[in-house]
Amino acid sequence: MPKVTYVEYNGTEHQVDVPVGTSVMRGAVDNNVPGIDADCGGECACATCHVYVDAAWLDKIGLPVTGSQEASMLSFAAVAQPDSRLSCQITMTEELDGLLVRMPEGQH
Amino acid sequence: MSDTSARVVIVGAGHAGGSAAAFLRQYGWKGSITLLGAEKVPPYQRPPLSKTWLKGDAQLADLLLRPEAFYQTNRIDLRLAAEAVAIDRAAGAVLLADGARVAYDHLILATGAAPRPLRVPGHDLAGIAMLRTLADADHLRSLIVPGARIAIIGAGYIGLEVAASARTLGAEVVVIEREARALARVASLPLSDFFQQRHAEAGVRILLDATVAAFEGSGGRIAALRQTDGTVLLCDAVLVGIGAAPNEALARPCGLDCDNGVVVDAAARSSDAAIHAIGDCTRRPLPLYGRTGRLESVPNAIEQAKQAAADLCGRTPPAPEVPWFWSDQFDIRLQIAGLPFEVAETVVRGEPGSGSFAIFHLAGNGAVQAVEAVNAPAEFMAGRTMIARRRQAVASRLRDVSCSIRELAG
Repeated sequence: MPKVTYVEYNGTEHQVDVPVGTSVMRGAVDNNVPGIDADCGGECACATCHVYVDAAWLDKIGLPVTGSQEASMLSFAAVAQPDSRLSCQITMTEELDGLLVRMPEGQH
Repeated sequence: MSDTSARVVIVGAGHAGGSAAAFLRQYGWKGSITLLGAEKVPPYQRPPLSKTWLKGDAQLADLLLRPEAFYQTNRIDLRLAAEAVAIDRAAGAVLLADGARVAYDHLILATGAAPRPLRVPGHDLAGIAMLRTLADADHLRSLIVPGARIAIIGAGYIGLEVAASARTLGAEVVVIEREARALARVASLPLSDFFQQRHAEAGVRILLDATVAAFEGSGGRIAALRQTDGTVLLCDAVLVGIGAAPNEALARPCGLDCDNGVVVDAAARSSDAAIHAIGDCTRRPLPLYGRTGRLESVPNAIEQAKQAAADLCGRTPPAPEVPWFWSDQFDIRLQIAGLPFEVAETVVRGEPGSGSFAIFHLAGNGAVQAVEAVNAPAEFMAGRTMIARRRQAVASRLRDVSCSIRELAG
């Protein structure tokens, strides 16, 4: 099963299995990884599953589509950066095995 | 700091209770955690019940807050179909309906709210549904078939979300609302106008200033409802969605301070130092608005779950959050941030007819108190930030869509 490494703001790493077809948000929540709250449960309504995608993976994952709900939400999310994504909008594939994402300081 | 080897018992395995158990482990709680749920299913998300679940677009696994194995992995003793009936504060124990006693050192009440029944003649006829639990949703789903005539009592969020889902499923829908407009208690006038119009366009009839006097049956099943003006409306099924009341049946008899909700402080502590209360069942401080209130929402359940878990684990409490809500109806995504207290001016930004606009509510000094955003996620996020920072806004600039929202949010 593909693995994802989540890095908390304080540097703590969590490597967990995330099944293909599952969102990167769900992978964190199902494994109780701190720092991803996902208030809305994956509806792209809250921006509480914000992550920074590691530079090595950004090409594979891509940026949110301009004008999309995700892009609009992120444009005002706390501490957004060019490598920001909402992890509920990243679906796990075999190609993403080894993905590394970092968490912002807070989700609000 | 509390002893993290102590026993925590959480009563209520909804979004608040389930989240509290998870946060306790995240924050390093070493002791036992017992999570008591009255329903037969592990903690799940209720918001989809009126939307994707009702339409058959979601699986149970999608609804579950965490996978079933999560609880064992995280040493959370999840007990389902375990109904708590009383609290013995002197002994530190919860009594269950089957006679069992569950001892606690710290208790977290997450008992939620219950839909208000409509006690008119005929209220116990078959085919009358309410919506709170998965079982309620499955019952409702069995009633909504193509061509069925569904009468919905109450044009609040539950009523309108179910109306939208039922129309999508091919049912005929009439909504009966006591007030003069839909969403009267929970939305501003321009937003009510917008939703009324969109529902009308989708073929939903909304009857305003209308009150149900009685349900009438045939062979024990609902067949019609009679309004107070004598009008009779034929229907095959009814949903009663007229609000919810906090579940205080455990807290009140044991003497906890209650006032339309279990009264808690900013760390979710009740009037008993050994008992926290979280989620829909509480009356809580609203620090941004200098008052207390009840918030029936998932974000509130999660925020208070964090407060209680942080308090028990001796961690710094999380910063207060801006209350927020969302609703999906047809292709409309509504997001609301803040609460419209002491509003002196209301500004509509964008054209409601375009289907994308936002309504900002300003206090007398120009501070943004609340924003209602319709298919306008940037305005929602910007508004939320402005509320959190107590940012003052100039109405004329907010109204001017040529002023970018980024510039306005500063």
